[in-house]
Amino acid sequence: MSAFPSTAPAVRAPLPRGRRGTELIMLCFALVIVAFAYASVGFGLNGKLPSSLPLYVLGYAVVVFAAHFAVRWLAPWADPLMLPLAALLNGLGIVMLYRLQESGRNGNPGQVISTLSSSATMLQVVYSALGIAVFVGLLALIREPRVLQRYTYTLGTIGLVLLALPALLPDRFSEVPGTGAKIQIAVGGFTVQPEEFAKLLLAVFFAGYLVGKRDVLALAGRRVLGIDLPRARDLGPVLVAWAASLLVLIFESDIGTSALFFGLFIAMLYIATQRTSWLLIGILLFLFGALVTAALFSHVGARFTVWLHPFTRANIYCNPATQLHCVPSYQTVQGLYGLGFGGIFGTGLGHGEPFYTPLVQSDFIVTAFGEELGLVGLMAILLIFGLLVQRGLRAALGVKDPFAKLLAGGLAFVLALQVFVIVGGVTRLIPLTGITTPFLSQGGSSLIASWALVAVLVRVSDTARRPAPQPIQDEGMTQVVRA
Amino acid sequence: MNALELTLIKLAFLAVLWLFVIAAVGVVRTDLFGPTARRRAAPQRSRVTPTARPPKPARPGRAAPQLLLVTAGTLAGTSLGLSDQQITIGRANDATLVLTDDYASTRHARLFPQDGQWLVEDLGSTNGTYLDRQKVTHPTPVPVGVPIRIGKTVLELRR
Repeated sequence: MSAFPSTAPAVRAPLPRGRRGTELIMLCFALVIVAFAYASVGFGLNGKLPSSLPLYVLGYAVVVFAAHFAVRWLAPWADPLMLPLAALLNGLGIVMLYRLQESGRNGNPGQVISTLSSSATMLQVVYSALGIAVFVGLLALIREPRVLQRYTYTLGTIGLVLLALPALLPDRFSEVPGTGAKIQIAVGGFTVQPEEFAKLLLAVFFAGYLVGKRDVLALAGRRVLGIDLPRARDLGPVLVAWAASLLVLIFESDIGTSALFFGLFIAMLYIATQRTSWLLIGILLFLFGALVTAALFSHVGARFTVWLHPFTRANIYCNPATQLHCVPSYQTVQGLYGLGFGGIFGTGLGHGEPFYTPLVQSDFIVTAFGEELGLVGLMAILLIFGLLVQRGLRAALGVKDPFAKLLAGGLAFVLALQVFVIVGGVTRLIPLTGITTPFLSQGGSSLIASWALVAVLVRVSDTARRPAPQPIQDEGMTQVVRA
Repeated sequence: MNALELTLIKLAFLAVLWLFVIAAVGVVRTDLFGPTARRRAAPQRSRVTPTARPPKPARPGRAAPQLLLVTAGTLAGTSLGLSDQQITIGRANDATLVLTDDYASTRHARLFPQDGQWLVEDLGSTNGTYLDRQKVTHPTPVPVGVPIRIGKTVLELRR
């Protein structure tokens, strides 16, 4: 009731909290930026507006406005910023893909990069449309966050199967060519990365599981040295999550996903129980596991070597003709050179040379932005991610239902963690692990999963901000009878 | 396209990108603190002048609290906008603010506006309601920013 404007003189009308108009304005602003970026790439590369500008930008605008009207209809009280922020990031990703596709391999427009076909931009626009369709579909399907709670174990099982599937399939279905990482399922010409969806499903599972168990996890146990230690039997699920993430690490050679998966679990455990001990136990377990696997398995150890000694002569040399078989740190070093080349203000869109970095369109797209938009532009992009995460956490704070609270908190955290892991990796803050940058990187799975994540956050924020229903009874009719 | 024009385009793009970030932060700000005073006053004027009604009694300026904020307890961070309706607090499902607090009663307390100020009244709770350190025994005016303690939950009126 509190959100309805009142006419009483004593109290000012509370602000209307739907704010769909604000969303529309910010969305238009985001689209203007995307169109500007697109035009800027055209000027930078060819000195004229790209002929495909109306096609891509208008196509993208139609899809995004469709999403806006779906939100008006399906989630009228939702947060006004989530959709524009996501739309801007997705649009910038499309523009950067176009830019990389146009410049071709090593800056020769004739040569096509094997992992970036000439229709990559068009495909990315189609994937964006698919992602937004999933976004709208989820909003229509999930009218209340708590309906997901009914499927806690079903979704958890599906999530675990999806996570384990690439490891179980034969190499020719699941291996990413040239990397040795088994993280995808190839069917026909298309590949799906199931881990992106597994992440979301497992977040639902953790939320459902922890809502039931959080009191026993938080309250039972002893206090040692000022830290609340949990009971040994309550440690079970944490150890299972830890073991599963290590198995992913070993059998799929995918450090990024394993870090993401375990980090998500520990963060949600911390949100549920408010016990720092879980955080400490989690971080120590993960560090221990990562160090042991680095010592035992060469492909994990190589990441540490590249991280610590990227500029060693043996690591740095690469024959540009056969980029896929480079010595380990070539990619990292090219990314760092790109960032350095960009400097504070960047080279301008279309003027840098981000194409020398292998896989710049997926794992290393942040370095392409850093090179062409500079530190200033990269900070703006990171802030946009930060705002998206902040809106998610705000929705988690605002919502009453503990399941929705945990789910939104966990999803917002996993978005932040994913950005941290990949941006930290390419800037050599932490060992590099190949995961996608949400919304920016090439790839349908990542894009669709990111839109699904935002759909859940939008749904939770809608629930959090929806005003309580008006009481049917007139307040004046109620009488308080006292003894 | 000479170098100057390209540099200008580059800087203009960065400026627009940052403008978006600042606008987004502005939206977050209005979400937290409400629209600025100037914008809030505008619709008020347009509503009053065309009908030529006598002006409403002067609204209390910055003094009137705008929202009720939970600062501690399981609901910490929750806020409720204030209207002219009373706010009931307790574990009952029909309370305006439903507490999940083992130390709160089903119908614990209520907050209601009277003569331009908000009063808190204990509804016969088991563990009592405290305004700052004082136990509330009769309806007591609540100044802005003074904590109301109910069980493990602490509430505050905010502007």
